[in-house]
Amino acid sequence: MVVQVCIGSACHLKGSYVVIQKLKSLIEEHNLGDFVELKSSFCLGECANGVSVKIDSQKVKTVLPKDVEKFFETEILGGLER
Amino acid sequence: MRKFENQVQLIKYEILKEVSRFTYEGKLNQMVNEIPYIVDPGPEPRYRCCLYHERAITADRVKMAMGGDKNNPNIIEVLDTACDQCPVNRYVITETCRGCLAHRCESACPVNAITITDHRAVIDYSKCIECGRCKNACPYNAIADVMRPCRRACPTGAIEINDNKKAVINNDKCIQCGACVYQCPFGAIQDKSQIVEVINLLKEAEKSNEIHPYAIIAPAFASQFEYANLGQIIRGIKLLGFKDVIEVALGADMISEHETLELVEHLKDHSFMTSSCCPAFVKYIENEYPEVTENISNSVSPMIATSKLIKSIDDKAVVVFIGPCVAKKAEKDLPKLSGITDYVLTFEELVAMIDSRGIKLETLEEASLNNASYFGRMFASTGGLSKSITEVVKKKKLDIDVVPVICDGIKECDKALKIAKMDRLKGNFIEGMACVGGCIKGPVTMHHGTKDVKKLENYCSSTIEKDSKESLRIFDVTNIDLNKK
Repeated sequence: MVVQVCIGSACHLKGSYVVIQKLKSLIEEHNLGDFVELKSSFCLGECANGVSVKIDSQKVKTVLPKDVEKFFETEILGGLER
Repeated sequence: MRKFENQVQLIKYEILKEVSRFTYEGKLNQMVNEIPYIVDPGPEPRYRCCLYHERAITADRVKMAMGGDKNNPNIIEVLDTACDQCPVNRYVITETCRGCLAHRCESACPVNAITITDHRAVIDYSKCIECGRCKNACPYNAIADVMRPCRRACPTGAIEINDNKKAVINNDKCIQCGACVYQCPFGAIQDKSQIVEVINLLKEAEKSNEIHPYAIIAPAFASQFEYANLGQIIRGIKLLGFKDVIEVALGADMISEHETLELVEHLKDHSFMTSSCCPAFVKYIENEYPEVTENISNSVSPMIATSKLIKSIDDKAVVVFIGPCVAKKAEKDLPKLSGITDYVLTFEELVAMIDSRGIKLETLEEASLNNASYFGRMFASTGGLSKSITEVVKKKKLDIDVVPVICDGIKECDKALKIAKMDRLKGNFIEGMACVGGCIKGPVTMHHGTKDVKKLENYCSSTIEKDSKESLRIFDVTNIDLNKK
């Protein structure tokens, strides 16, 4: 699973850095380093709805710093189970 | 509304805009010969002796907009049709000569080139050595220095005059600083453009998901637009079809730390190091002070660093640098750097592209641009690089005393290099900027105003990242090679 987090300007302002850091530590905590590749990306085309996060070729989702845990559970853990 | 600094800039813009428009419409090949008739409709000429001459010049400018002479490696060329054959002789006796009794000019001349004929001074040009003493001696200011503006502007003596009295660039001496491009009052010296290639790239990218065009924009852009704010400009560039717009100041942040650490190492067995971000300055050293080249920083420029950063994140990236600089057009093709930054455009070319698409910047909603730090953005002004390096030393508590010698313009660079060559430099880091004022005063900027520095400072102070460590924390830069060789 490839998870891309947008670090373009608009998302950067809304907290990409925090989102990346939180995801990084959650992935480590759950020992998922072999299954999930966390990457940064430039503009994903959804500047108004940052922070933009894209899993594989799915639709771009909005993940604010406060929602990272929920996103990790439903989309990353959930996605891996599916 | 936009104001043009002068007619030369306006004409260049008009032609770039037409070339840009027809390229977007896919009609350039069929319309290329029509452009002179569109730009110079007649029936009266606007600036030159006749309409036919104007159209011939326009045709030459169109060629430059389409990449110029492919057999000439220099990115700057003289347009033969446009060069007005300014006087070759530097000093002339004007009407103001009163035919006085003292003849101070005559006695000041060290080579006896001045005689008085019919109560007027006359210069024998076969003897004149252009020392200018006669001009200084005349109490009536009757002797004028009419040195060609291109020759006066050129810091390396690269402009020669051929048998037809036309200016010719000696490619071996030219450092691509662009001073002649900016200074020629007839607009007869121009830089070659990649505008057609870039537009075709953007059109390709629209159709294919395999090409991701990125615009990287030099910090000098902060002082360029009077009629739109920075956010609107970013939006406008995105509307041209770029996937994203990234600040070159971010690459400057990467370089600050890298170059500082390099300086610490370099000073262990050298007495000084020079900066490497200004390509015209680097080439000046290579041409004029070959014995000093080992002291040139081995760090790549912020343009190259930013391009590498983008390509490390997106392997489909094609990078287009947009800046105030002619020399960058040559830098991107240097043997060790070619293929990293794919295209170089100027602010003039950017504006022509935006206008050719009918994009009204001032009406757009603002987009954001906020990745780099205050220090990275300050690279655009002379002294900014040194400030940044001093800051890194302070933050990292490095055991080194950096004493910068800040050189504003090639003349100051030359002085510092001369002293450094003799090992008398009062400092250990030469920051060299070919343009007086730094990049914000570059030759192909739209705007050379007195408020430019203030505008740059506002842009620098609006960052949310305090320093390069903060601006770069989000990127993985550990694997990016920032060495030239």
